[in-house]
Formats: sequence, C-alpha cells, structure tokens
Amino acid sequence: MNMTMNKLSSLRSLIARAVVAATLVTAAGGLAVAAEEGGHGSPKPPREHWSFAGPFGRFDQAQLQRGFQVFKEVCASCHGAHLLAFRNLAQPGGPGFTDAQARVVAEGFQIQDGPNDAGDMFDRPGRLSDRWPSPFPNEQAARASNGGAYPPDFSTLAKARTYEVGFPGFLIDIFTQYQEQGPDYIHALLNGYTEPPEGFAVPEGAHYNAYFPGHAIKMPQPISEGQVTYSDGSPETVEQYSRDVTAFMMWVAEPHLETRKRLGFQVMIFLIVFAGLLYFTKKKVWKSVEH
Amino acid sequence: MSGHATFEPKHPALKWFESRLPLVGLIHSSFIAYPTPRNLNYWWTFGGILSLMLVCQILSGVVLVMHYTPHVTLAFDSVEHIMRDVSYGWLIRYIHANGASMFFIAVYIHMFRGLYYGSYKAPREVLWILGCIIYLLMMATAFMGYVLPWGQMSFWGATVITNLFSAFPVVGPTIVEWLWGGFSVDNPTLNRFFSLHYLLPFMIAGVVVLHVWALHVVGQNNPTGVEPKTEKDTVPFTPYATIKDGFGMVCFLIFFAWFLFYIPNYLGHADNYIPANPLVTPAHIVPEWYYLPFYAMLRAVPDKLGGVLTMFGAIIVLFFVPWLDTSKVRSGVYRPLFKQFFWIWIVVCIGLGWLGSKPAEGGYVIAGRILTVWYFAHFLIILPLLGLFEKPKAVPASITEAVLGKKTKGGAPASVGAHAPQTKG
Repeated sequence: MNMTMNKLSSLRSLIARAVVAATLVTAAGGLAVAAEEGGHGSPKPPREHWSFAGPFGRFDQAQLQRGFQVFKEVCASCHGAHLLAFRNLAQPGGPGFTDAQARVVAEGFQIQDGPNDAGDMFDRPGRLSDRWPSPFPNEQAARASNGGAYPPDFSTLAKARTYEVGFPGFLIDIFTQYQEQGPDYIHALLNGYTEPPEGFAVPEGAHYNAYFPGHAIKMPQPISEGQVTYSDGSPETVEQYSRDVTAFMMWVAEPHLETRKRLGFQVMIFLIVFAGLLYFTKKKVWKSVEH
Repeated sequence: MSGHATFEPKHPALKWFESRLPLVGLIHSSFIAYPTPRNLNYWWTFGGILSLMLVCQILSGVVLVMHYTPHVTLAFDSVEHIMRDVSYGWLIRYIHANGASMFFIAVYIHMFRGLYYGSYKAPREVLWILGCIIYLLMMATAFMGYVLPWGQMSFWGATVITNLFSAFPVVGPTIVEWLWGGFSVDNPTLNRFFSLHYLLPFMIAGVVVLHVWALHVVGQNNPTGVEPKTEKDTVPFTPYATIKDGFGMVCFLIFFAWFLFYIPNYLGHADNYIPANPLVTPAHIVPEWYYLPFYAMLRAVPDKLGGVLTMFGAIIVLFFVPWLDTSKVRSGVYRPLFKQFFWIWIVVCIGLGWLGSKPAEGGYVIAGRILTVWYFAHFLIILPLLGLFEKPKAVPASITEAVLGKKTKGGAPASVGAHAPQTKG
C-alpha cells in the first residue's frame, strides 16, 4: 500500500511539473498563435459524415457511381485522373460497375496508340487496361486554358489536401481514427463559393472561396444546382454533387480502402487474442520468480 | 558472463558441425542461457521490438524495391503503382512508411529508458555509443527513404536538408554539389539516395550485431542499476525474457496495426501526395515528426551555420553522456533530483517537437530558443552538477534484495501468490 501511495504521489507531482513546463512553453508560443490567427484565417472545414470513415468504413456504391457521373460530366473537362484505369471501375471495393459497363466507358474514348508496322501513331477505342485520358496534353496547355492555373489531377488529390487540426485535436484524431481531412476540405471548398467579405479585393480572373487558402481561387464555381441529372432520384443540389464527387475522389485516391479496413480488423482480432495468450503464458512462466 | 547452462550437442552430426563452427552454441549462449536480471520491466522489451522493426523494414523494403522505379519522372507513379496495382502493395508500402515511424517511437523509448536508468554508465559506454551510431544511421536512412516517393515534401525536404551543408565554410558548397550530384536536387540525387537507402539498413544491422555483442559482454542494466551478483539475481533468457519480449512485441504490433490499417497517412504529410515540383514551394516545409525537435533547434539559432552546428550538436552531445553524468549512482530510481530533471527534459524534447511543426516566427522562435538552451543545459550543466550536489537514496545491496524488499515493504502477500492454487492449465 505504502509503495502504491508513494508511487501515486510521485506520479502526481511529476504530472504537476509536466503541466507547469507545458504551460510555460504554451505561454511563450501564445504570442505567435495570436498573431497567426489574426493573419490568414481560413475557417476549418466542417467534419462531414462519410460512409468510408471509421474502422468499418465502406464506400457507398451508389454514391461512387453518382460521383463518377459528376466527375465524368463536369470535372473531367479540366481535371485529369491519369492513374485511374477503366478496369478499376469494375474492381471490388469500388463503384461496382460490371466489366461490360466499364468497357462501354472505356470505348467512349479514343486513345492514341502505336506506332503500327508502318510507323504511324493511330487512335483506337479505349480498353479496360487504359488509364483515364487527361483533358490536356500537358501542364502548360492546361495552364494556358485555365488562366494560368493548373487544375490538379484527381489521382491522389483527396489524400493530398488537408487543413491544420491543431492541439489537442490532432491527438484525439488518433483515437477517433479521423483521416478525412482531405474529403472534408474538398467538400467545404466546393460549397465555399460565397460573396467576398467587405474590403476583400478579389483579383482579376479569380473567385472568392471561404475555404481556399488565401481565398482567391482560379476555379470558378464548378457546379450548379441541376447541372447533372441523377437517375436514382438523389437530390440534384450542389451539396449532394459535392458530397458524391468527393467520395468518388477518395476512392480514386485510395482504391483499396475497404480491403485495408477489413484486413485490419482481422489482424487486430488475431493480435489481441495472440497477445492474451502470450500474457497468460508469460504469467505462468514467471510464476515462481519474484520480479 | 557465466551462463546457467552451456550447450552440449548430443547428435553426432551437430557435434561434428559444432566442433568446426560453434554457431548453435553461440545462439544458445546468447538467446537461451544468457542470464538476464530478473527485475527487468517492460521498458526493456524495446530492444527486442527494435530488432523486430529492423527486420520488418528490411523485408518490406526489399519487396518494395521490386516494384519501385528510382527516376524523377517515374518514382511518384511507381509508388502509386505499388499502392494500386501490386497485390497487397498498399499493405507493404504502408507497413514500410508507418514502420519507419514505429521504429523511431521504439528507439526514442529505448533511449529514454537508457537515460533514465543510467544504462550508459560504466561499463556500458561502448554499448551506448554504438546505440547512438545506430540512431544516426537511422536518421540518415529515414531521411533518404522519405525522398524516394518524390512527392512535394520529399523534394523540398531534400532541398532544405542538403542545403544545410552549404553552411560549412569553404567546403560547404562542394559538399552540397557532391550530395546532389549536380547543381540542384534532381535525378542524380534521387538515384544516390535510393542506393544509400538500400545500403544503410544493412550497416545498421551490422552495428546492431556489435550493439548486441557489447550488451552480451557487459550484461544488461536493470531498474535498480545494481549489477547482478549471484545467480539468484538473474534468470535465463529463455523462457523468461523471450516470453516477456514476445508479449511486448505483440502489444507493440497492435499499436502499429492501429496506424497501419486505420490511419496510415496520419504520420505522413498530405503534400507528399502531390508529385514533386521544383517550381512550386509548399507553404510550410516540415520534416517527418521524428526530426521535429532538431528542426526546431536548427531554426532557433539566427545564424545558419550556428543552427546547423546546434542541430548536429544535439545528437553529438548524446555520445558524451557517459562522461557528462558524474553521479556514482546508476539508476534514476534512487536519484530524486535527477528524476525531476529527467522528466522536465522529456517535456522539453516534446515541446521542441511541437515547435518544430510550427512556422518559425514570433513567440515560437523565442520558445524554441529557451527550450534549445535547456536541452543543452541538461547535458552540459545539470547532469555534471547533479552528480556533485544530489544526495541519492539508499541503493539496495542486490537485485534480489530490491525485488523481495519491494514485495514485503508493499505489504503484498508474496507468499500467497506463490501458493495460489493453479487454476490455469
């Protein structure tokens, strides 16, 4: 008992000391924090509910199909997805198209191939093994057509965007398994086209966006209500479009997300059971040895 | 060290082999009969965990190399090819990327344990220094590994870190060009980093062998810091330490798996999913979390060369800890003042890590300077003085006494435990 009490009190004084030290550090840093928030303050994107979040997260097939439709009909005119193969559309854990459907999508594109035996390049209909053709031949061409801005490729975009969570949220995120900074940011951005606040001068050729760093984005509001016709009766609103296309982008960036989480659960069960067995074995081995 | 039992081969074939190369005997004396202090706590399992992580990194790395292409135009897409097209490639790549972080978490715990229990003191100085060399090699390896996916943070991290060497007078620019293989971070840089990233882990493995060898010459330290005196103070490595290490490893793997399967990009940086672009600088260039304390120190000093020297000095000073600590008492358990300063130092390290992730401006820099000074003061002023002024608590005469004394003092019915009916089969 004595020992435990000693330990407890020493632990308590230890924690107290740690807190004092941490406070000192924070106080010193406080000045800077205040300065930073006064400067370029983008609001944090709201945390949305995503079907693919959490330990048992899965993509919603219908949502991915709708998202694909938005991508194909709207986004793809400026944005590429050069790592997305047509065959991916029919892979498990994705939008759940059949091979035949994916083939139809592929055949809708003319892909340059060659050279043939005569040494000429030629166009042929797309195949399942082809990758999504980029809308521009190169970055320069893309910039030239988009007022100097380069519409980023969608292949990894949903994992390439984030926002700063800050302390202590970033520690809590470990336990809540929050990994959806990218989708939340993209969703917020697509819904973030608002009137600029008074006194904010939007540069020529740019548009005000509440969530874009610096607020002046070259991309005009990409989608408006009713622009894409859904066949499943989902609401044809900007909010719904942005949600669907963001989910699709997340799948494009992490096509094996479902497998990862499913395998993760199996591995966890195995490891926890194994650890339990080892614990009791260890107890038995050490039984006669005071330590 | 005198073992509990020596290896006697029985089978004629084994006898024949053993008389020509006593390999099985070596394994037996190192991992079976090797006497380990009976009072080791779970902080001592991190040595085994680190060996596991090294093997894990080498194996996953060897498989990754089968699919990776070290060229500036192909590296990013080849990593994505691993993530998308290679069977379980995503698993192997996430194991390797998160495994690096796990390796560092384990090595930091291992080092903190050594610092707390005075594991660097005579006769373990060489053991400690070998450990510091492993740590340096790990830092170099991890840095070069992070460059290989050729994302934005890979490129700009490489640019910032290699540029540090230009701070050295006269030879600086030459060193930098030599590191780059040209006049900027480009394909030759990627190629040599790839080559070295494959080489260094095997050098680490080599130094690990020396580290373990040195350990087996001087024996393990233990929470009391008192050397084993009789056979009663120790237990044979197998089964006692093997089962305990095994349990520790599996618990660590659960922690690893949490990151690996559920938040695999948590410890990375989103910008590294953007292909490297020499024309676009990211808003904040931040190194991987395990370098952040040193990055904070680098930026705390207004002078470039001073910052670089401070940063390297922060690691170099570790090599001298065995001689900077003047206390006669080895373990922090019996050093009331040292204990307090140790934990303050831990908070300082974590504080520096947090500051390293912040932009170098205003109050962050001031805080960074205060903590940097404290970091060095801990080793250069506090440790030497503590040994002279601190009044340590009474150290137990032996490990066995410490173990049994703890039980009786705590009033825990030790004998009851021993006689408890055996319920588990």
